Amino acid sequence: MADTDIKKARPHVSQNEGLIFELSSPGKVAYQLPPLDVRAQDPVQALGREYVREELAGFPEVSEIEVVRHFTRLSTWNYGVDTGAYLLGSCTMKYNPKINEVVARLDGISNAHPCQPEPLAQGCLRILHDLSKALVEITGMDSVTLQPAAGAHGEMTGLLLVRAYHQSRGKPRKKVLIPDSAHGTNPASAALVGYDTGSVPSNPEGMVDLAKLDSLMDEEVGALMLTNPNTLGVFERDIVEIGRIVHSRGGLLYMDGANMNALVGVSRPGDFGVDVLHLNLHKTFSTPHGGGGPGAGPVAVKKILEPFLPVPLVREAADGTLAFDFDRPQSIGRVRAFCGNFGVLVRALAYILANGAEGLRQTTEDAVLNSVYLRKLLQDAYELPYSAPTLHECVFSDKRQARRGVHTGDIAKRLIDYGFHPYTVSFPLIVPGALMIEPTESESKQELDLLADALLSIAREAEQEPETVLTAPHSTRLRRLDEVQAARRPILRWKPPA
Amino acid sequence: MRYLPKSPDERRQMLQQIGCDSVEQLFDSIPAEVRRQRPLALDPGQSEPEILGYFRARAAENARDAACFLGAGAYDHYRPSVLDAMISRSEFYTAYTPYQPEISQGTLQAIFEFQTLMCQLTGMDVANASLYDGSTALPESVLMAIRANRRKRIVTARSVHPEYRQVLHTYLQHQEIALEEVPFAASGQADARALADRLGDDVSAVVVQSPNFFGIVEDIPQLAAQVHAAGALLIVMIAEPVSLGILRPPAEADIVAGEAQSFGVPVSFGGPYVGFVAARDQYVRSLPGRLVGQTTDADGNRGFCLTLATREQHIRREKATSNICTNQALCALMVTVFLSVYGKQGLREMAVQNLSKSRYAAERFRNAGAKLRFQGPYFNELAVADLGGRPNLQDRLSEQKIIGGLDLGRYYPELAGDVLLCFTETASREKMDRLVQIMTESG
Repeated sequence: MADTDIKKARPHVSQNEGLIFELSSPGKVAYQLPPLDVRAQDPVQALGREYVREELAGFPEVSEIEVVRHFTRLSTWNYGVDTGAYLLGSCTMKYNPKINEVVARLDGISNAHPCQPEPLAQGCLRILHDLSKALVEITGMDSVTLQPAAGAHGEMTGLLLVRAYHQSRGKPRKKVLIPDSAHGTNPASAALVGYDTGSVPSNPEGMVDLAKLDSLMDEEVGALMLTNPNTLGVFERDIVEIGRIVHSRGGLLYMDGANMNALVGVSRPGDFGVDVLHLNLHKTFSTPHGGGGPGAGPVAVKKILEPFLPVPLVREAADGTLAFDFDRPQSIGRVRAFCGNFGVLVRALAYILANGAEGLRQTTEDAVLNSVYLRKLLQDAYELPYSAPTLHECVFSDKRQARRGVHTGDIAKRLIDYGFHPYTVSFPLIVPGALMIEPTESESKQELDLLADALLSIAREAEQEPETVLTAPHSTRLRRLDEVQAARRPILRWKPPA
Repeated sequence: MRYLPKSPDERRQMLQQIGCDSVEQLFDSIPAEVRRQRPLALDPGQSEPEILGYFRARAAENARDAACFLGAGAYDHYRPSVLDAMISRSEFYTAYTPYQPEISQGTLQAIFEFQTLMCQLTGMDVANASLYDGSTALPESVLMAIRANRRKRIVTARSVHPEYRQVLHTYLQHQEIALEEVPFAASGQADARALADRLGDDVSAVVVQSPNFFGIVEDIPQLAAQVHAAGALLIVMIAEPVSLGILRPPAEADIVAGEAQSFGVPVSFGGPYVGFVAARDQYVRSLPGRLVGQTTDADGNRGFCLTLATREQHIRREKATSNICTNQALCALMVTVFLSVYGKQGLREMAVQNLSKSRYAAERFRNAGAKLRFQGPYFNELAVADLGGRPNLQDRLSEQKIIGGLDLGRYYPELAGDVLLCFTETASREKMDRLVQIMTESG
């Protein structure tokens, strides 16, 4: 095992920690509530015995320091963007600015109630208004809804808009077309909206096959759902022609905005024919990923779709006061209670304010520079199935390493020993054994060089000592977890010992 | 720009290695006709003091230091200091979804604990890793029921949160499922007789909320008996789960779902919050969203990983149980920390305080000659009849630094002028007295 080759990481003692329930003991407390300033009610008397529960069996009883040690120890078992690079394709794991955390917690913002009368919520409404304006400018669209809670939620919202549009013109249409390189949320969202999906094959360059699209596009197709650049990191060179084909049969062009990090300030979807798109604020706009959310998935539209946007929208009156506009008879309805993941929206706006036009453009340039640089460093050791130029991410395959029995999943696990979080494994589906790598603009040249070193070293290991890679990771608290067992005999909660 | 870790020299070096003359060349693959020539029309990048200045100005345009008596699906409970300290650890909040379990055990174990806590609270067997919020948890639960019995009609109590019902309608509008509603009785509970009329062998599920939008606690065992006799599933939504500190959990339900925001998630003008869904064991493979399961590693050590992923969009695509991918993991962590701090005794004590505050307020209203709209059992929310229409009510309350309740006419035309008020443990006696006084004074 060539551990002397590993420059970025060394093993380190970490604390063990059981489940919070296993630390519990009756009578331990971590809280104190202020004394009641009114008469204490007896639940049984106030409600009736039939409405009152017995004790909260199994609930934790621990002290404050135990809570702190418990979660602190758990946190040390994790890797985060603040720890080091994440290479996950189409996830855009960029730096989460700390000023964003400060402003989201300001008094008056973090404790604003969603039902506060509008005169008492002008600040919140102004934030929604200003963010909307900025996102419209960045995307080159006409209008935006900030309601959706995540990308998939945005996709569903966008497709509902598409359907409402077609319905208003007499025929809802039956399906959406989705490239075979698309993310799984695309067809899942289409199904929710009652649309069938048709798959559009990619050509040998990894882009949408125009001839096939032309033959598949007809008046039953409501929309083409496109990710651009696509999941290979390739910009659809024929995007204008793609839009023309779709529009010529009365369809709409939906863009999955997951890869906006390659476009901000450089090219605007509204300028290349997109009618509706969703953004992922927890990707492109720096809001923290949180271990799996919360995110936000605003949907931006061209004028033709504006009447159908979810209620409410924020409107500015002549005197500058802001209000929620509920009077939208053609709206698709609400897609969630209240106005959106407001705390996430605040962070995204702070990011835009910090960058301004120039910062956003520089960010995009650095994101692409980093990815193309990495591609250059790796392309001799790893197979590049598509030779088309790539932007902010690229996809390799494990074809060469697979000859020695080493697959993308193994390489990913070994990369952990080198101190990095793995790239996206086995996606997109059009590349067998895919390694999908997106460094983002947040990586320095040093970190990228270390990453390239690591992957080149692993390629050598795959050649010379494949066992090392196949049994990785070696340096983590836990070795490879038995995910088969987890699915075969699911244990999804703690239970007290019998 | 301070977030970009490269010097001009390094960029030049890198470009050279790539074989490019300029950074513009990197974008040659974007057709010139769609490449932007002008900068975006955005203000120049700001320093931290300027950003703070902007948001402080916005905060000042909102109500501040006011006693707020609003609930209606968003509840103000005290967030212990431990909470922010823990969730601000960057290994939690800057971490990705735990697809690589070996370096995500912190997130995974915390979610496993969250799933356990939701089961313990609700009396269900299994719970998922979170949904977006309570409102979207409703259609997700309904779709689960429909998958389970393939029936085509859903009956929802009108006392379920109006915005939850709106979202259900939005989600199901293209699914060929009939959505019907049953009214509420004078007690404020779902009208059991009206429900009996609606039941039939084509009803997939009945949805109630408890405590419901009016704050009234539903008679779950009785509803369950009715619903199950008709072969349908009972879905119980919960928007104020602090109530489960003292209320009997809806153990007869098939699916319990709702909003866990009360457990330490800031009210934050409506989001991000955290939905949950819990169900009986037999529905586990139909659950939407992520699930964390226990397993062992190659050396036999206990660990956790995402599991039963064949339900999910990245595997099953259009046949997935839901399209959800990113959920609300950090908010679920807030919930887990909150419930660890308060624990068995604290949640009960908090619930008793909430009950006591609302009963006190009710008594003060009654003494001032007002009456409650509904007679049923209630937790920390109540509807006061006929006091909402008074002129300049909020202005007079604002003078006393109080934000009043919600006029129910916003969602229920027949209840216009009734005011929905919420009293949590954060409500002070003094402010409650003032609220009652202003709301009931004549003129």
